[in-house]
Amino acid sequence: MRYLYYPGCSSEATGKAYDISTRAMMDKLGVELVELDDWNCCGATSYFNVRELDSFAIAARNLAIAQKQGDEDLCVICNACYTTLAKTNRYMAESPEVHEAVNGALGAVGRAYDGTKAVRHVMDVLINDIGLEALGEKVTRRLTGLKVACYYGCQYSRPMGAFDDTEFPVTMDQFFQALGAETVDFAGKAKCCGGMMMLTKEEGALRLCHELLKGAQDGGADVIVCACPLCEMNLEGYQPRVNKTFGTSYDIPVMYLTQLAGLAFGASPKELALDKQVVPCDRVVAAIPA
Amino acid sequence: MTELATISEAKKLHRQFYEDVMSMPGGEKIKICQQCGTCTGSCPTSYLMDWGPREIIAAFRAGMIDRVVKSNTIWLCTSCYSCTVRCPAGIKITDLMYELKRIAIKYDLAPKDGKSPAMTKYFVDSVHKHGRNHEVELMAKFMLTKDWGLPFKFAGTGLKLFTAGRLPLFAKNIKGKDELDKISAYLEAQEAKAQ
Amino acid sequence: MAEDKIAVYLCHCGTNIAGKVDVDKVVAWAAEQPNVAIAREYKYMCSDPGQDLIKEDIQQHGINRVVVAACSPTMHEPTFRKAAADAGLNPYLLQMANVREHCSWVTVDKDEATEKAKRILNAQIHRLPFNEALEPIEVPVNPAVMVVGGGIAGIEAALKLAATGKKVYLVEKNPSIGGHMAMFDKTFPTLDCAACILTPKMSAAGKDPNIELMAYSEVVEVDGYVGNFKVKVNKKARYVNTDTCTGCAACLDACVVRKVLSEFDQGLGKRSAIYIPFPQAVPLRATIDAEKCLTLKGKKCKQPCTTACGPGAIDFEQQDELVELEVGAIIMATGFELWDPGQDARYGYGRLDNVITSLEFERISNASGPTGGEIVCKNGEPPKSVAILHCIGSRDQNYQEHCSRVCCMYSLKFSHLIKEHLPETEVYELYIDMRCYGKGYEEFYRRVMDEGVHMVRGRAAEVTDLAMSPEEEGRLIVKTEDTLLGIVRRIPADMVILSSGLAPAKDAKAVSQTFGFGCSADGFFLERHPKLEPVSTITDGIFIAGCCQYPKDIPDTVAQAGAAAAGALALVDNATVKVEPTISYIDPEKCCGCHICVGLCPHVAIQYNEELKVAEVITAACKGCGVCVAACGSNVPQQHGYLDDQIFAEIEGAMAF
Repeated sequence: MRYLYYPGCSSEATGKAYDISTRAMMDKLGVELVELDDWNCCGATSYFNVRELDSFAIAARNLAIAQKQGDEDLCVICNACYTTLAKTNRYMAESPEVHEAVNGALGAVGRAYDGTKAVRHVMDVLINDIGLEALGEKVTRRLTGLKVACYYGCQYSRPMGAFDDTEFPVTMDQFFQALGAETVDFAGKAKCCGGMMMLTKEEGALRLCHELLKGAQDGGADVIVCACPLCEMNLEGYQPRVNKTFGTSYDIPVMYLTQLAGLAFGASPKELALDKQVVPCDRVVAAIPA
Repeated sequence: MTELATISEAKKLHRQFYEDVMSMPGGEKIKICQQCGTCTGSCPTSYLMDWGPREIIAAFRAGMIDRVVKSNTIWLCTSCYSCTVRCPAGIKITDLMYELKRIAIKYDLAPKDGKSPAMTKYFVDSVHKHGRNHEVELMAKFMLTKDWGLPFKFAGTGLKLFTAGRLPLFAKNIKGKDELDKISAYLEAQEAKAQ
Repeated sequence: MAEDKIAVYLCHCGTNIAGKVDVDKVVAWAAEQPNVAIAREYKYMCSDPGQDLIKEDIQQHGINRVVVAACSPTMHEPTFRKAAADAGLNPYLLQMANVREHCSWVTVDKDEATEKAKRILNAQIHRLPFNEALEPIEVPVNPAVMVVGGGIAGIEAALKLAATGKKVYLVEKNPSIGGHMAMFDKTFPTLDCAACILTPKMSAAGKDPNIELMAYSEVVEVDGYVGNFKVKVNKKARYVNTDTCTGCAACLDACVVRKVLSEFDQGLGKRSAIYIPFPQAVPLRATIDAEKCLTLKGKKCKQPCTTACGPGAIDFEQQDELVELEVGAIIMATGFELWDPGQDARYGYGRLDNVITSLEFERISNASGPTGGEIVCKNGEPPKSVAILHCIGSRDQNYQEHCSRVCCMYSLKFSHLIKEHLPETEVYELYIDMRCYGKGYEEFYRRVMDEGVHMVRGRAAEVTDLAMSPEEEGRLIVKTEDTLLGIVRRIPADMVILSSGLAPAKDAKAVSQTFGFGCSADGFFLERHPKLEPVSTITDGIFIAGCCQYPKDIPDTVAQAGAAAAGALALVDNATVKVEPTISYIDPEKCCGCHICVGLCPHVAIQYNEELKVAEVITAACKGCGVCVAACGSNVPQQHGYLDDQIFAEIEGAMAF
C-alpha cells in the first residue's frame, strides 16, 4: 500500500510528534508514505478569513502537485488540513466559478488541477483501506485495560461527513477497540476545543477545553487521543492553564492517535516522539502490557 | 474602524454586502432562514458573542450592517461547523461567517485593536513569506503586538515545548513560495476586471 | 375528408396564453389552413359562453371537426368533448392543442411562442381529418369496495360505505385494527380518551354485516381497472383458529416466552409469543409470533398455550391463505410511521436514558400502558422537569422538509397531561412556531400556557449528559437558544420527549407501485390534484385517505375518509362506468400469431386465440398504453384515437414549418 502524504505546517513545529509517529506507525504497518513534493500551507481556517478563492487556489496547488506526483490517494493527518483540502475538492465540483478561478490561478504558475485527487484522513485509510481485521492482526502489544477517550474535534467529520457521522463519530473508537483498548464515550468527543481562539480569546477556548477534559475524566479516561495538532496543543499544552483558571486538577495525558496506535503496533516511545509531550505519558506507556 | 456616519453610506454598504454574500456559493440561502436558533444553540462560543449567528443573519437581512460589523460575533467563530451541519434550512453558516470576516477586512471595518483579525493577517503574511505557516514567527509577532501577557502565561509550557524541539526558531522556505504571490496577484486582477 | 369542416378555437386563457402568443395572428393564419371553416379566439373557452361557441358552430355551421387550442388536455379535454357531444358531434372528433403548458408558459420570446403555437395547432389541423368517431365502452362495476388499512381513516371509510349497503373488505396488516390512534392516551383539544372514542367505531366495524374484516392480512397483487379490480390478499397464518378462539387470553399467561418487546407499547412493555396486541383489539383473537414461538422455530416446547386453550383453537399447522377478491374501487388508508430520531445523534435517542419519542410517551401516559399510566423515568421515579422538543425530523432539509402538522398540538397535549399527573413538575416546550390552526386549538394553547408550562422559542440544539455544575449532575441538559430572549439556555430535564415527525411508511413507494399510482416528493401518496382532488389518485377507482396522503390530525383524517368513501360510492353506486375507447384492436386477418404482443402487454390484456391462431385484445382490460402497437413487427395492432394515419399526420403538421 502506498499513499501520497501531506504532513501540514504544524508537523514542522508544535505538531512534530504527529508527523513522526504517523511515519513510524505506517512503517510498522507496511504502508509507504510519499511526502508531497514542495507542499505549501493548506490555508486552514485562517486563510478563508481573508480571501476565499485564494484559499481554494493555494490548497489546490498541493492537489495539483499530488496529481502529478502519483495516482495514489492523498493521506492527510491534521483535521484542519483534511477539511480544507476536501472542501476545495467539493467546492470545485459544486461550483463551476470556483473550478474556473482555481484553475486560472494555477495556470498563472504553470499548474492545473481537475478536482479529482482523493483526499483521505489517516483514520479513513486505517479503517476503510487497511481494515479493522488486518489491523488487529498487526498488533504486537494489545492495549488491554487502557481506557482511551477518542477526541475527534470539529473538522474530523464536519462538514464533510465523508467517512463518519457528523454528530457522534465512531471510527476512532472502533480503531482503538480493535487494538484492544476500552474506549470512553464522552459527550464532548466531537465538540470544539477552541482552536486558534486559545490565542485570540483565551478564556473562551479554556472553557471549551475544561468541558472536554471533564467529559473525559468523568468517563475515567487514562489517556486522550487527538487527530489535530491544534486540538492536541489546547488539551495538553494548556491543561495547566485550564486547571489554574477553573480550579480543577486535570492530569490526563494527551497524545496523537498515531502515537498510541504506534505503541500497539510495536514502535518504541522514542520512535513515536513520546518524549516530546508536555504532560508526561510515561504512566500510559507503562500501563500497556508488554 | 471606519464609522458608518451617514444612513446613505450604510445603505450603500448594505447593498454591497448583500451582493457579496449572495455571490458566494450557497449565499442566497440566508433568505430562507426561519430564525429557529439551532445555530446559536449549537455554537460553542455563542455565549461570548454580543449577537449570536442567528441574530447576525436577522440583522443582515434587516439592513443593520452597523450591528453586523461592530459585533464580535464573526471573530469568535472557530469554524467548528456545528451550525452548518445542523441548520434545517441548509445554510452554510460557517461560510457566511468567513464571508462576513472577509467583507469586514475588505472594507476596513474590522476592529483595529482586534486580536483575531491581526492573527489572520500574520498567518497570511507568514504563508506568503515562507510557503508554510511558521508557527513561532506567528506567535512571536502576535505576542509583541497584541498580547504582552502571553509569554508570561505561556512560560512554563513554552519552555517545555522549546526543549522538546516543537518550537523551531527558523523556518525553511519552500521552493515554489513565489507561486503563492503570483496566485494572489492573478485572482486580484480577475476581481478588478469583474468590477 | 374533403367535406371536413374544422373549427379552430384559440383561447386567451386571460393573459396566460394571450400574454405571450399573438392570438390575432394565429387565428388569421388558422383561417387560411386547408379544411378550416371557422377560426375564432375567445378569452376563456372553458366558460359557458366559450363552450356555447363550439356548440353553436357545430349546430349551425355544419362543423364536424374541432380543435381547441388552449391548456393541457388533462385540464379541459373532458369539458370540451362533453360540449361537442351535447351539440351532437362525436366527442372523439374534438382535439385539444396545448398552447399553454407546452407553449406560452415555457417560451420566453413572444415571436417564438407565436410560431410554436401555430406549429402545435397545425399538427392537430392535419390530424383531425383522420379522427374516427368512437363510442365509449361501458363496463360493469363491481359494487364491492376494498379499504386497505384499518386505522381511524380506514375504519371511518368502511363504516360510511357499509351504511349505504355496499360490501366492504377491510384489510389490515396488523392482528388488530385501530392503527396509531389506538395507542394514544388523550386526544387534543378535547382531551377525549382515544380508545374511548375509537373503540365504538372499531367494534361497529367488526360487527357490521357489510364489512368483511380481514385483519393480519396484506395485499400482494393488484390487477384490473376501474370498476373491476382483482386483488390478491394474503391472509397470514395466526396459528390460531379465529372461528373458535374467543379472545379469553388464557394462552397469553400460559406462554413460556414472556419477554418479547411489545410493538404496541413501543418496546417499553413486554408481551408473550402468543399475544393479543391490546385488550380492546378487534378482532379479539390471539396471534402467534412465528419469529418468537419455540414450536414454530423448531425448538422444544410443552405448548402450555394449547393446554390452556379451552376451545382448542391453537393450530400450529395453519398456513397462510391467498385469496383473490374482486372489487370496484379501492381506498388506501395505510397511515404513517413515526420518524426515527435515532437518525440524528444529537438528541441522544437510544444513547441516553429517558430520551423518548412521542409515541413512547403516549404509552407511558396511557392508563393501560406499561407503567399503568404513571409518568415515570426509567428508574421508576417521576420526573421533576420535562422538556418537549418540537420539530424533530420535520421542517429540516437534512431529514424531512415537510411540517408534520400535528406535533405542536400533541406536544401541548403532553404538557397538559404532565401537569395534570404531576402538578409540581416543570415542563418546557421548545418550539420554532406554535401551529395551532384547528378548531379549539388556539384556545387549548392558551389553556396550557395558563397551566404554567414554560414556552421557549428555540429549536433544541442538542441533549447532553455532560454536567457543568453540581445542579446538572445526573440530569439531561437540553441546550437551546431562547430566541425571544436572545440567550443560550441549558435546561435541566429528567425526561426529554422528542416530538418526532410523521414519515411515510417505509414501503410507501413499493405499495403505490403495486396499486398503480405514485408518491409525491415528500414520499407520501400522491393525490390527483393538491387543491381540488385530495382523495383521488391518477388511477381511476383508487382513492387515498388519512396520513398516507399527508400528515393530518384526527378530525381531518375522518373528514378525508368520508370524502374518499363518497368518491368510491359515486363510482360503485352505478351499474356501469364508461371507460375510454382509445384501446387497441388487432385485425385477425393481418395477425400472424407470433405472440410478441401477448408477452409484452403490461396489463395482461392480450390473449392468444388457439382456434384462430391470432392474438386478441381483451377490450375491458386494455388501457391503451400502445406497447403492442409499437412492438408488432407487422404493424398490425392499431390503437383507436392514435391510428398510424393520425400520428403521421400530426407529425407532418408539426414539421410543416
